[in-house]
Amino acid sequence: SLQEKEELIEEWQPEPLVPPVSKDHPALNYNIVSGPPTHKITVNGKECINFASFNFLGLLDNEKVKNAAQASLKKYGVGTCGPRGFYGTFDVHLELEERLAKFMRTEEAIIYSYGFATIASAIPAYSKRGDIVFVDEAACFAIQKGLQASRSNIKLFKHNDMAHLERLLKEQEAEDQKNPRKARVTRRFIVVEGLYMNTGDVCPLPELIKLKYKYKVRIFLEESLSFGVLGEHGRGITEHFGINIDDIDLISANMENSLASTGGFCCGRSFVIDHQRLSGQGYCFSASLPPLLAAAAMEALNIMEDNPGIFRTLQEKCKRIHTALQGISGLKVVGESFSPALHLQLEESCGSRENDVKLLKRVVDYCMNNGIALTQACYLEKEEKCLPPPSIRVVVTVEQTEQELDKAASLIKEAAQSVLN
Amino acid sequence: MANPSAVCNGHLHHHQKQNNLLKSGISKKNGIAKGIKKNGVSNGSLSKKAFIEHFEQAPMYVAVLTFVGFGVGTIFGYLRDFMRAWGLEKRNIATEREQQKDFVPLYQDFENFYTRNLYMRLRDNWNRPICSVPGPQFDLMERVTDDYNWTFRFTGRTIKNVINMGSYNYLGFAETDANALKTVAKELQKYGTGVCSSRQEMGTLDKHVELEQLVARFLGVEDAMVFGMGFATNSMNIPALVGKGCLILSDELNHTSLVLGARLSGATIRIFKHNNMQSLESLLRDAIIYGQPRSRRAWRKIIILVEGIYSMEGSIVRLPEIVSLKRKYKAYLYLDEAHSIGAVGATGRGVVEYFGMNPDDVDVLMGTFTKSFGAAGGYIAGKKDLVDFLRTHSHSAVYATSMCPPVAQQIIRAMKCLMGLDGTTQGLQRVQKLGKNTRYFRRRLHEMGFIVYGNDDSPVVPLLLYMPGKIGAFARRMLEKNIGVVVVGFPATPIAESRARFCVSAAHTREMLDTVLNALDELGDFLQLKYSRYSKAAHPELYEETRCEFED
Repeated sequence: SLQEKEELIEEWQPEPLVPPVSKDHPALNYNIVSGPPTHKITVNGKECINFASFNFLGLLDNEKVKNAAQASLKKYGVGTCGPRGFYGTFDVHLELEERLAKFMRTEEAIIYSYGFATIASAIPAYSKRGDIVFVDEAACFAIQKGLQASRSNIKLFKHNDMAHLERLLKEQEAEDQKNPRKARVTRRFIVVEGLYMNTGDVCPLPELIKLKYKYKVRIFLEESLSFGVLGEHGRGITEHFGINIDDIDLISANMENSLASTGGFCCGRSFVIDHQRLSGQGYCFSASLPPLLAAAAMEALNIMEDNPGIFRTLQEKCKRIHTALQGISGLKVVGESFSPALHLQLEESCGSRENDVKLLKRVVDYCMNNGIALTQACYLEKEEKCLPPPSIRVVVTVEQTEQELDKAASLIKEAAQSVLN
Repeated sequence: MANPSAVCNGHLHHHQKQNNLLKSGISKKNGIAKGIKKNGVSNGSLSKKAFIEHFEQAPMYVAVLTFVGFGVGTIFGYLRDFMRAWGLEKRNIATEREQQKDFVPLYQDFENFYTRNLYMRLRDNWNRPICSVPGPQFDLMERVTDDYNWTFRFTGRTIKNVINMGSYNYLGFAETDANALKTVAKELQKYGTGVCSSRQEMGTLDKHVELEQLVARFLGVEDAMVFGMGFATNSMNIPALVGKGCLILSDELNHTSLVLGARLSGATIRIFKHNNMQSLESLLRDAIIYGQPRSRRAWRKIIILVEGIYSMEGSIVRLPEIVSLKRKYKAYLYLDEAHSIGAVGATGRGVVEYFGMNPDDVDVLMGTFTKSFGAAGGYIAGKKDLVDFLRTHSHSAVYATSMCPPVAQQIIRAMKCLMGLDGTTQGLQRVQKLGKNTRYFRRRLHEMGFIVYGNDDSPVVPLLLYMPGKIGAFARRMLEKNIGVVVVGFPATPIAESRARFCVSAAHTREMLDTVLNALDELGDFLQLKYSRYSKAAHPELYEETRCEFED
């Protein structure tokens, strides 16, 4: 009755819009960097050597890149004031797409204005409700969001475990025999990362290619960390393993790590990439990349092409610090020896994740007070599908000298000694 | 039937939502007071200004011809597909690799029917590349097609000084004046172009802190947080604010980013009719009375998602009424001011200022910097608790890189100019110029007899074209006259209501607007686009300059 309805309306109390956040939540007391986050970085007022920003090739501070950006600023201003479809396509975007496609030796490339949105828009453009996606457990958050937006069936396989993946594929094959009509229209994809951000190791691409042709699944490769790092010329994991790039259906990477710009791109054959121009949500419904960032990315590409030696240098530095960090009591190194983004995890957990995080924070603070800027790898604890253990992120860049690498390693050893014992 | 004497004090007022096109004419309204009572829950005293919106329906023959047009296109589409399948016609699109021919096809043929056959014919009107700053005029790269829009090639020439009626440059901050960009160039030299880290790790620069404080001050709220991409601001923060067990009430015509954010959050979504307060109220009542669908438990929270200005309609949200509804039913309000921040309001503070309301009434104020500030990125502002929560729990803060410093500096200088902190009144002048340009442009279009949707004060001006053939003709002929316009069709708009959308800018001079209006006049006669039955030309005796004010 009307009276009862009014009473119900009166009585109902919603939750507060946001739950209160305690004052000493670690994320609220974040580090404020004054000045540019380059090799020498000023964090919270202290000058340190930067081991935390993903500036692998040191291009953040490069004069040529800055000059290219300045020239573009003079010509185009800052923003593009429109999405790609409505006069937001500039000649710099078209040029950058061509350059990226040529560099990666694919037919076509497409640019997004934000790294996170790249893979999160690419996956739902192809995989819809009813399709099947096999994804590694350690996939990064952007991939998880893309999968969630696509509403497809997700099948997780254990990290880098090809046997488990093959078992899942076989199960799927058995299902298909039961319902061949449905199987003929269900698309299948495998989504893997070249260099995993959460664990620092590479995916076994040659085995994946074999599985691809055996079970007729398409491969989407996310190369945010491996673009500009692996391979003789920096073309990523396909060059590292010597695989024909046409075997991979879609390669997605962001330009925020090695290229020291902002945004992301996808490259592959025109048959695959062209579809995103009408159905990639982050492409069609969002403003395009500011031209000065596109010009900076182009100049960075030029530098990468002109000095292929930097990749070798970077790999040597990675190996050096990987060996230097072995044997620290209480901390173990997680990641391949040639990966520039390593994790340092506690060998033995103290029991609760909170305490682990606090302990690692003390290590990080010790290092920061002594001139090495480190950070903990941050995750959204409630949202991740497979939450990695807490860890300290160590990033190697081409600008760090050997003394600095050694200093960092010895400092971390000291910190671990004093904090964990 | 359609009684032209439905007039209030001499000002013609059609206050009708477009429902289906086959209903001809507008229903009778005995004056404005009844109209407002019908669509507003509370009394009109909350909005002291005249809220005039137009959504005129087209005459019946237009609807019929539109559907005929689409029908012909579809028939030809099937014919072409048939010819392509049988090899009678060349296939121009890229095809799958030989080695992968026995894989499950990546695209279903039917999904792409519309793209292949109807969109391809008109493709040259979109994605037009430009090679200058997107100010009031720009330079377009000339491109031609040899095979009916399947491929394009650039001739190398540029078409100079095309009047720009398509870019979202409301306050004219997309400029290359060296003086204006002095600080941006300096910051670019100092900081470089990237940040290479997320906000929570090593990516919070002092520039971000400065920008956030400025944004909070500009909007008159406690705190704000900025993000690197406007689209991502919605899609990454709505899931952080609501989850399972919550209810989202979203407007019919909300932007894709809001829809994506709502879907990703996992909450239940219910849609209310565009700007329709009864629909919203009935949904609210049902939600509170009946609770969640199966368990009948109470909802954890209810959040209403609306936009300030809707970009395809040009309508402004009815903020006073929504705020009173939200207070009565204890819901939360999320306002996306992507197009309205900087563009409406006496000093450019958005719809909150336009209606003379308090920013505290809106729980979550969201906006983007792409449109009025000539930069990129988005922000969320509100109470300190809200922003602290987002700093810790937003997906963007943890996993996505932060905004790059030169872009942040551009926003800072644009905002300082708007607030008058740089010592000049340039900001205020821009806002006023935009208002003048908007009103002039809309008035002239109405007088000429075009059907134009939206609120009289919104700088987004959609002009209805309806028929698919006219979409292409309109855009191409305007380009021949050196004017760049944006045309939109299905799926961004309902299938029978394709339109051309103009974005008026403060940088447009009166001469530019006159050039555009004269060209529109000519083209309107040539293409027979003047569908409106209420124009000055049709009923000159009804037009006087008095406006209605309501007191209630």
